[in-house]
Amino acid sequence: MDRIPILKFGDALLVTIQVDMHDRLATALEEDLTKKIVDHSAKGVLIDISALEIVDSFIGRMLDNIAAVSRILDADTVVVGMRPAVAITLVELGLSLSGVKTALNVERGMDLIRVRLDKPETEDADGEE
Amino acid sequence: MAGADVSTVATLVASNEQTILPEWIELQKKAGTLQTGRITEGELSSQSREFLHLLRDGLAKGANDVANAAYMPAKDMLGNLSRSRALQGFSPSETATFIFSLKQPLFSALNRDKTLSPAQVAQITWATTLLLDELGLYTLEVFQKSREEVIMRQQREISELSTPVVKLWDGVLALPLIGTLDSQRTQVVMENLLQEIVDTEAEIAIIDITGVPTVDTLTAQHLLKTVAAARLMGADCIISGIRPQIAQTIVHLGVELNVISKATLADAFAVALSRTGRGVRKLKPGEIEKARKTTPEQHPAE
Repeated sequence: MDRIPILKFGDALLVTIQVDMHDRLATALEEDLTKKIVDHSAKGVLIDISALEIVDSFIGRMLDNIAAVSRILDADTVVVGMRPAVAITLVELGLSLSGVKTALNVERGMDLIRVRLDKPETEDADGEE
Repeated sequence: MAGADVSTVATLVASNEQTILPEWIELQKKAGTLQTGRITEGELSSQSREFLHLLRDGLAKGANDVANAAYMPAKDMLGNLSRSRALQGFSPSETATFIFSLKQPLFSALNRDKTLSPAQVAQITWATTLLLDELGLYTLEVFQKSREEVIMRQQREISELSTPVVKLWDGVLALPLIGTLDSQRTQVVMENLLQEIVDTEAEIAIIDITGVPTVDTLTAQHLLKTVAAARLMGADCIISGIRPQIAQTIVHLGVELNVISKATLADAFAVALSRTGRGVRKLKPGEIEKARKTTPEQHPAE
């Protein structure tokens, strides 16, 4: 079964969804991502969905779930590059993904994560010293 | 013998055209067709003559029913005439007068014809009346249709024109909404805004509702949907231009607008600028002189 690759990028994890999501793939991604967050003690998760053209309520809920799980594991989730049609669909489905941060492109998304990464790191450094 | 009835009219029209045509045009003028100067007398008489000829050709084929192919040229001509009159701003009755006023000259010509028996005259009159009535109805139908087309086109234009997305600065968009927000328009607004956010990579979109006359729960819901969709794409929304009554209505309705809202577009723009790390300040006297000397095409960036 094909899986969506999860890349480690410093203290952040990078997920790029390049194919149309089906339900099994979504569940697999959720599991893999949770495992990776724990393994790498990641502080941020960036999900690029700029290539995603079709969403349904299941995928929408998956994004919400990933955000909720990440939050419990102390990582921020940023969804970037959502297409207008996808945004309209999610809103019409009543999924406003309130727990998820959003950004227009990967660059701005990384900025958002970096803000989060910079802060605790200095605090940690202070604590360790 | 039914077919012979109307073809008699055709010969009648052909031989009496010199009296029927001026009488008909005179009647139309009396009805006020020329009064407002929408068409000239020349146009009117050429239209009348053309129609009379086409009608005569149709009648000559002896058909009693306007659906018959014999009347197709006459109907086509009537359709065009009716459509152009609808666009010129004629009223329905003025347009219908064109065809109905033909009856009087036609029937008086019929009465002058001594070769026909009274019974024949009555029969022919009846058949012709039916025919002209149907043509009149057809005229009105075309008229109505073209008016509806005009209205439809205007509606479409209004909905497209009234939802422009304006770029205020790099990364700041404004969406001045004017008119009532219904579901269909919200859809257009939402799509326009989101597409523009993608195109300009905007961080902040200001939705200005100064021109929205009333805000009910449905409108508020539409607004919130637009804001939610923009947020999903990674852009923040600010709602501005909320008039006092509208603010009260929103509170009375119990709608919670969980977005940044500002009273005026200027306030919202100031917030947007500071969010994107920019600001506006007043120039010192020396700087004003310098700014005046710079050429206007220089973009006042940062």
